[in-house]
Amino acid sequence: MNNLIILPIVLPLLTGILLIFLGKNIKWQRWLSAISSFIGIIIACIVVQTVHENGIQTLEIGSWKAPYGIVLVADMYSSLLVLTTSIIGFTTLLFAFSTITREREKFYFYSGVQFLLLGVTGAFLTGDLFNLFVFFEVMLMSSYMLIVLGSTKAQLRESMKYILVNVISSALFVISVAYLYAVTGTLNMADLSVRITELGQSGLITVISIMFLIVFGLKGAIFPLYFWLPGSYNAPPTVITALFGALLTKVGVYSLTRVYTLIFIHDQAFTHQILLWLAALTIIFGVIGSLAYSDIKKIIIYNIITAVGVILFGVAVNNQAAIEGSIYYLVHDMIIKGALFYLVGAIIAVTGTSNLKKFSGLIASHPLLGWMLFIAALSLAGIPPFSGFIGKLKIVQGGFEAGEYTFSLVVLLSSLFVLYSVMKIFINGFWGESAKNFAPKVQTIKGMVFPIAILLILSIGYGVGTQWVSPYITQASETLLDPSIYIQAVLKE
Amino acid sequence: MKKTNLKTNDLIFQTATKVIVFLIIIYSWHLFFSGHYTPGGGFIGGLMTSGAIVLLLLAYDIKTVVSILPFDYIKMAALGLLIALLTGIGSLFYNVPFLTHTFGYVELPLLGETALATAVLFDLGVYLVVIGVTMTIIQTIGETE
Repeated sequence: MNNLIILPIVLPLLTGILLIFLGKNIKWQRWLSAISSFIGIIIACIVVQTVHENGIQTLEIGSWKAPYGIVLVADMYSSLLVLTTSIIGFTTLLFAFSTITREREKFYFYSGVQFLLLGVTGAFLTGDLFNLFVFFEVMLMSSYMLIVLGSTKAQLRESMKYILVNVISSALFVISVAYLYAVTGTLNMADLSVRITELGQSGLITVISIMFLIVFGLKGAIFPLYFWLPGSYNAPPTVITALFGALLTKVGVYSLTRVYTLIFIHDQAFTHQILLWLAALTIIFGVIGSLAYSDIKKIIIYNIITAVGVILFGVAVNNQAAIEGSIYYLVHDMIIKGALFYLVGAIIAVTGTSNLKKFSGLIASHPLLGWMLFIAALSLAGIPPFSGFIGKLKIVQGGFEAGEYTFSLVVLLSSLFVLYSVMKIFINGFWGESAKNFAPKVQTIKGMVFPIAILLILSIGYGVGTQWVSPYITQASETLLDPSIYIQAVLKE
Repeated sequence: MKKTNLKTNDLIFQTATKVIVFLIIIYSWHLFFSGHYTPGGGFIGGLMTSGAIVLLLLAYDIKTVVSILPFDYIKMAALGLLIALLTGIGSLFYNVPFLTHTFGYVELPLLGETALATAVLFDLGVYLVVIGVTMTIIQTIGETE
């Protein structure tokens, strides 16, 4: 019994509700949401530290024992993600204060953000498959609202696609859960794992595991199922894209990791081989997309897909080094995608366009912005002092250990192209003479620099201070590699 | 309601509505309170209550209904959420897991010994959210030209 781990879920929910009452009072809305999400970071830190010192924390909601009631489970993996989510939430709010329009703020923008954070945190913390579905829906409903808020033509068109895809994938989720329930008779993840071990992974369960791969693949944008993402993420304002890019696809990746390291672990030769191929193809197609476009927002959006592929590659290889690497990379990627989208937002605010061919020579007027983009690009590609390095190193190390040489080379090569795709923004946009027909707007970007700086400092600290982070990551990987730790913490056998 | 050139007389409809609305609301409360032991509960109760308000909307127009029931339905939904959440948070103060409910038998003046459960408060939250959301949807669509 530990009510601490309900707090990261209750806090955004309570804030979201109170923000509805505040209605049109924007000043108070801003203060309340900023303070609340700052408290959220502190709570998440406490959760991480508690899990680090006392092992996995579980909470049986409503005092019902584990397989019968809903359990919340905070192991190191999910609590690290909760911490990262709360940091992204806080910086997003700071970035929104200076970029989002009044009309949007008046129509419950901040409530929407809080409910989105609620859904994401809940999805990370839950230990029950149907509860995971409910938190997915909470998260998706808020994202529907945020993607269409403002009702420009592009937003309306893209939200139709986005909602359609997600309604279908949610229906598939329910069907998969129904099949799994019919076979095993339980919904608690730990209990599911035990029962599948008892039953032995029959062909039927392997089929269900592939259905979950499709469901979470649709949410997390892996290779054949990523088609909806580039358009949908391009439509809303950059803050919202940042929130989506840093959090939403990562929830899909998290669920896939959880399901494939806890529940469906008995026929790895088949399931993990498929995952391996899909991860590699996701990387390749993401890279192709990011090289193809000269629209800065699109370039970063395709980089999300590449990163999803890299993380899942680590999960598919499934040995110590690769799993640790994918955890490092997941946390790093959430932070750096946030930073990159804020940077894109700031650049668009300065230049008024997202087309790379229309501006150049920004470094003369905005040196700080330029160098921040430079650092973010290096970090994204995985250059040693920054945060992307250790994750990719471990993933590739794991890949070589498992004998997957070709796929590991794909991951290594992808870094090169990722670096090229973001450096393209730096070189074409910031170097050179100022384009003739372009005068940088005098619009101040003071408020926008601050959240970017927070995330970049975190990213550098994460890269430089790897030795302080590593005990946490190792603890997280232990649970993923050995499901019995998780099962024992939940079922207390 | 759309104005037609033909002047219509809704006398029978409106008079019947005046009686039926109360019956529907009482029935919805019955459903709401009986949810613990028989089919019913916050969701169906809330839907039935908003059904009564929709009947009022059909018989009269939006202005009349707003003047009879001057609620801000968005805030009503938020209030419902808040009540439901607070019943959960309440258990934190008794040092039991979140959303642990309790019940007891209380001697009430008119009803005698009655079973009271905190789960009803959670259901009250659901009830208000359902009314708030349904009426917000219907009013917003109704008011858009």
